[in-house]
Amino acid sequence: MKRIFIAALAATAMTATTGASADTLSTVKGKGFVQCGVGQGLPGFSSPDAQGKWQGIDVDVCRAVAAAVFGNAEKVKYTHLSAKERFTALQSGEIDILVRNTTETFTRDTGLGLDFAGINYYDGQGFMVRKDLGVQSAKELSGAAVCTNMGTTTEMNAADYFRSNGMEYKIVAFEKMDEVVAAYDAGRCDVFTTDRSGLAAQRTKLKNSADHVILPETISKEPLGPVVRHGDNRWGDIVRWSLRAMKNAEEMGVSSDNVDAMRADKRNPSRNRLLGTVGNMGEKLGLSNDWSYNIIKQVGNYGQMYDRHLGPTTTINLPRGINHLWTNGGIQYAAPIR
Amino acid sequence: MLALWRNSRVRGWIFQLVALTLFLYFGWSLWDNLQTNLASRGITTGFNFLNTEAGFGIISHLIDYSESSTYGRAFLVGLLNTLLVSVLGIFLATLLGLLIGVGRLSNNWLISRLALGYVELIRNIPLLLQIFFWYFAVLRSLPSPRQSVNWGELFFLNNRGIYMPAPIPEQGFGWAGWALLLTLIGVVLLFRWAVRRQHQTGRIFPRWRVSIGLLIVVPLLVLALQGFPLSWELPALKGFNFKGGLVMIPEFMAILLALTIYTASYIAEIVRSGIESVNRGQTEAARSLGLTHGQTLRLIILPQALRVIIPPLTSQYLNLLKNSSLAAAVAYPELVSVFAGTVLNQTGQAVEVIAITMGVYLLISLLISLLMNWYNHKMKLVER
Repeated sequence: MKRIFIAALAATAMTATTGASADTLSTVKGKGFVQCGVGQGLPGFSSPDAQGKWQGIDVDVCRAVAAAVFGNAEKVKYTHLSAKERFTALQSGEIDILVRNTTETFTRDTGLGLDFAGINYYDGQGFMVRKDLGVQSAKELSGAAVCTNMGTTTEMNAADYFRSNGMEYKIVAFEKMDEVVAAYDAGRCDVFTTDRSGLAAQRTKLKNSADHVILPETISKEPLGPVVRHGDNRWGDIVRWSLRAMKNAEEMGVSSDNVDAMRADKRNPSRNRLLGTVGNMGEKLGLSNDWSYNIIKQVGNYGQMYDRHLGPTTTINLPRGINHLWTNGGIQYAAPIR
Repeated sequence: MLALWRNSRVRGWIFQLVALTLFLYFGWSLWDNLQTNLASRGITTGFNFLNTEAGFGIISHLIDYSESSTYGRAFLVGLLNTLLVSVLGIFLATLLGLLIGVGRLSNNWLISRLALGYVELIRNIPLLLQIFFWYFAVLRSLPSPRQSVNWGELFFLNNRGIYMPAPIPEQGFGWAGWALLLTLIGVVLLFRWAVRRQHQTGRIFPRWRVSIGLLIVVPLLVLALQGFPLSWELPALKGFNFKGGLVMIPEFMAILLALTIYTASYIAEIVRSGIESVNRGQTEAARSLGLTHGQTLRLIILPQALRVIIPPLTSQYLNLLKNSSLAAAVAYPELVSVFAGTVLNQTGQAVEVIAITMGVYLLISLLISLLMNWYNHKMKLVER
């Protein structure tokens, strides 16, 4: 009873039917799929492909968790959330994980009843303007009209940046990203601001993307990652280690293509632990011991995931930069599975 | 015991009591579960957030607001923006609806068909789509700030809004305000006198024309006597955008236009049904008594039609107020957008924020209802 009622009250902003459970893993196993909150269309993170199937590095984190829990990456159902709906959806138990290019911040971690379970993309906020404005630097933007998404860290960062540089601005904040892009494209604003990955991705939606330029300044730290409810540590562990398994796999050179061969070749002990051929790592998470093998086999390692959705073969083509593994000069660094 | 049960009064009481207990238990468990769950997740509760610094900007505010203002202030800004668009929308929708409604009854074939077309087209398209249509239709057709439409260096139109000169009152301007207030009181007294005289002697005083004239002339005279203590701040292109002056942003125009046009289509039908509800014999009787066409409409038809019009009109006003919350979709910073949008997301206190927002809409709706019911009461048949 208790659980049904919180959903009814706390989530007046949406329609929640199931309550939040203290033990998400059993609930998820019971219903047979992971209910995953993703975005409403951000290329590279979560957007539908030509077949209408949702793709992206956020979607892939959901799929990795499903692979770990069920041994089947397809056992995911998606809820497409706007920025302002996302936390209420997670708090009320409508979704099991939130992977919606969400920035980890102090207030969100401590005040909203949430836990961040790792970082799948290190981002930072930037500005995009029309080339014909002739602007070279964000410092020249005083007096500009700025289009952005309502209820995001972006909205606050922009306010902080203009305020701390003594510049004036007019913020135009839309509920949905598609309206932000449409309004910027229609000339409502001089500047479009969001995370740099978002700028690169949304630029592909503009009428004439070559007419726009992303300014060099990065004005904030935006570590984006999956979020779970505070207090359910086991579920948090599953999500956290699923993501780490993908990064460890890349570090050890294990990919979806060679994972079966690597599994048969038992010479490397830390690889054996990763692939679950020795020890009982999976059991400690409440899963089967081939949990991480399933992730790598079905979703791939972190690098594969990145290249598939953001890499050079995609229209977004975001240089990997700080999202390289630490062994390649980046800051993606996962604790070892041992 | 059984005798008691057979007593229908006692039985009634028992049922009532059981129902009440169940209802109270339901309410209590809702509250208790909410508290327990919020606490167990470590979600902050309470209303202290209203006093913390908001830290975000709002594009249009009727009262002073900056990033260092509080969330409570941001709430007020949103509320005032909601009220602004609702009040203007109600006013304009009533005017337009009246015109279209009367047009529907016109003997002119073209006018009545046009009015019919308007009603059928507008009321059958979802409001949100109309808002998007007006917003993007307006935005895409307007020039950029550097190519603004310029009316005599005073008014500028571009895709950032309409810019116009802002009046800046100077020393002594307040006297004009006082003059206006005094004239207003005078006009009320004049009305009473005119009505009383008409009842006693039958002579008619042109009270409307005289009153409006007085309301315009007297404050102007006071201003003129002091040499017009008023200066104008002109908008001017500086950098990316215009600075100074008053600005009406496209978001506001779009939502006001959409609300007005949409609600007017309903009001038109209400007006038509109201007028048609008055028996044709009333008009004929009035004309045979020697009343003019205008007098017939004003004294015979409208008072009777209003009795039919007011109750559904009240519903339309309430609808307009609530529909104004759709403005969040086109970035007009009204209550839902600012408070139930940005503030909710920054603080994460969904229960408090949504409760306040719902409470405010309820309160405004009840006030409109109260006002309209009072008017309805005033307009209803006086039984002697």
